[in-house]
Amino acid sequence: MKFIHSQRAIPYLLLLPAIIVILSVVLLPLLVSLWSSMTAYNLTKPATLFQFVGLRNYERLLSNSDFWWAFGRTFVFVTITLNVEMVLGLGLALLINRVTWGQRTLRTVMMFPMMFSPILVGFQFKYLFNDAVGLVNNALFDLGLITEPIPWLVDATLAPLTIILAEVWMSTSVFGILLLAGLMAMPKEPIEAAKVDGCNPFQVFRHITLPFLMPFIYIAMTIRSLDVARAYDMVRIMTNGGPAGRTELLWTLMTRTGYANSQMGMANAMGYVSILLSIVFTVYFYRKLVAARAFMGGAQ
Amino acid sequence: MSESRGIEAPWERWAVRFGVFLAMLILVAPGAWVVLTAFRPNIEVLARPAVWIPQNPTLDNFARLFGFSSEQQGLPVLQYFTNSLVISLTSTVVAVLIGMAGGYAFARFKFKGKGTMFLAFMLSRTVPGVALSLPLFIIWSRIGLIDTSWGLILVYLAVNIPFTIWLTDGFFRQIPQELSEAAQIDGCTRWQAFWTIEFPLARSGLASAGIFAFLTSWNEYALASQLTRTTASKTMPVGLMDFTAQFTVDWTGMSAMAVLIIIPALVLTFIVQKHLIAGLTFGGVK
Repeated sequence: MKFIHSQRAIPYLLLLPAIIVILSVVLLPLLVSLWSSMTAYNLTKPATLFQFVGLRNYERLLSNSDFWWAFGRTFVFVTITLNVEMVLGLGLALLINRVTWGQRTLRTVMMFPMMFSPILVGFQFKYLFNDAVGLVNNALFDLGLITEPIPWLVDATLAPLTIILAEVWMSTSVFGILLLAGLMAMPKEPIEAAKVDGCNPFQVFRHITLPFLMPFIYIAMTIRSLDVARAYDMVRIMTNGGPAGRTELLWTLMTRTGYANSQMGMANAMGYVSILLSIVFTVYFYRKLVAARAFMGGAQ
Repeated sequence: MSESRGIEAPWERWAVRFGVFLAMLILVAPGAWVVLTAFRPNIEVLARPAVWIPQNPTLDNFARLFGFSSEQQGLPVLQYFTNSLVISLTSTVVAVLIGMAGGYAFARFKFKGKGTMFLAFMLSRTVPGVALSLPLFIIWSRIGLIDTSWGLILVYLAVNIPFTIWLTDGFFRQIPQELSEAAQIDGCTRWQAFWTIEFPLARSGLASAGIFAFLTSWNEYALASQLTRTTASKTMPVGLMDFTAQFTVDWTGMSAMAVLIIIPALVLTFIVQKHLIAGLTFGGVK
């Protein structure tokens, strides 16, 4: 009781509501998830929640080719989109940074995609790339570039590309905005000194601008890897994993297994794999961020 | 930047202008096209060859969504809209209050396990919503929270609190501690000092934290789609998904619904844009 009334208790009391919420809505469910991933839980048979099977679900996953395809696809998807977004975002930031007139407006416009619901972005691209009424096919028709509609979301190679495009559209701004903030915070002296010393623009970018931007790139990467799973919403509305499973990601496979096929135990095992994947990406970039920050220490 | 302007060749300036124009076109066009579609009759959208400029602008699509039209509309969009609003607003207000307390604790106090606790909060945010939806579905169905607004509000609290803590921690650390100390020397309690000195100074930061929390809840689909079942708790994104699944060629109806989801996002973007960058970067860099 003495502790509760002491000064030392204040921060803990302030944090208590947050701790309670996180414990009950995140940690407890994660424990339930861990337990159910080791049972033969089937939604249609509630009693199976207590049928312990050890690591059988995980063993089955390891030998399940659908799972490995979805896992590989997710990994490739995340890697491609993060890199493309980084490069395009950097380009966008450098471009906007050179504009002197109306920069605020441009920054606001740049922020729109970040504020859109992923389900909205998915719908938007589903509509734009619809083979019959979509803007893209209509434009290609009227420009005389095609005579037959291109089945963007039905074709096995085009569908994943269209989804990557939608994801890149949605998230490039995250990099654009943060890197622009980095560029604006950058001191001018080193660049001018380098120019006086005869560096060409590429050398200035490579040896001065880019190292300065690295922490900002890693912040953006960390923020992005926190919400990569948003892609689930988009895939769900655009193709729902099709055609023939070519856009099936770990997240869509998981919900299909859990809810549509009622194999909750197995789905929770996949859930754990996806959580680990998210944590690995986030921690990787966070450590890079800390390292970059330490490296920049003197300059900040 | 202005300092490079003097040595900039004219072609270079035009290249920059063209690049900016192209980038803005790509960022704006998709959304604009959906908005435009929402105000057109469906026949125009389905027409071959394509009709580019709206011939008969109409509000009929919105009338249909809200049931003011003779044509029957299968989805209770008004109910979804109300659900979304209630759930997002409630979870935002509570998340900001709880997150503010937490952020203040991290910004102003030294205590055992501080670093670990901060990391734990941030790590809780890495759990993908889809993965969390599976056990939540199991628990919520057993304790009767499935398909209720409260069930979803609670979940969105957990999603928003870590980010709110992160943002408010940064905002409070920017306010010099001496201000509240001075007030306390003048006889204020710490509680009074907080509400009269620090809270007003952090208000803009708290507002942007609130807007982020609101948008996160407003836009969320993965959890809502599994934890809601009927009109009692379904939100707008879930409704839009239902719409695309049920009325596959009613593009104007879907677009009108999409516009209803976009509007708050657009309005809030204008309000928040000043604070956004500051909020996101200083937490990480400094």
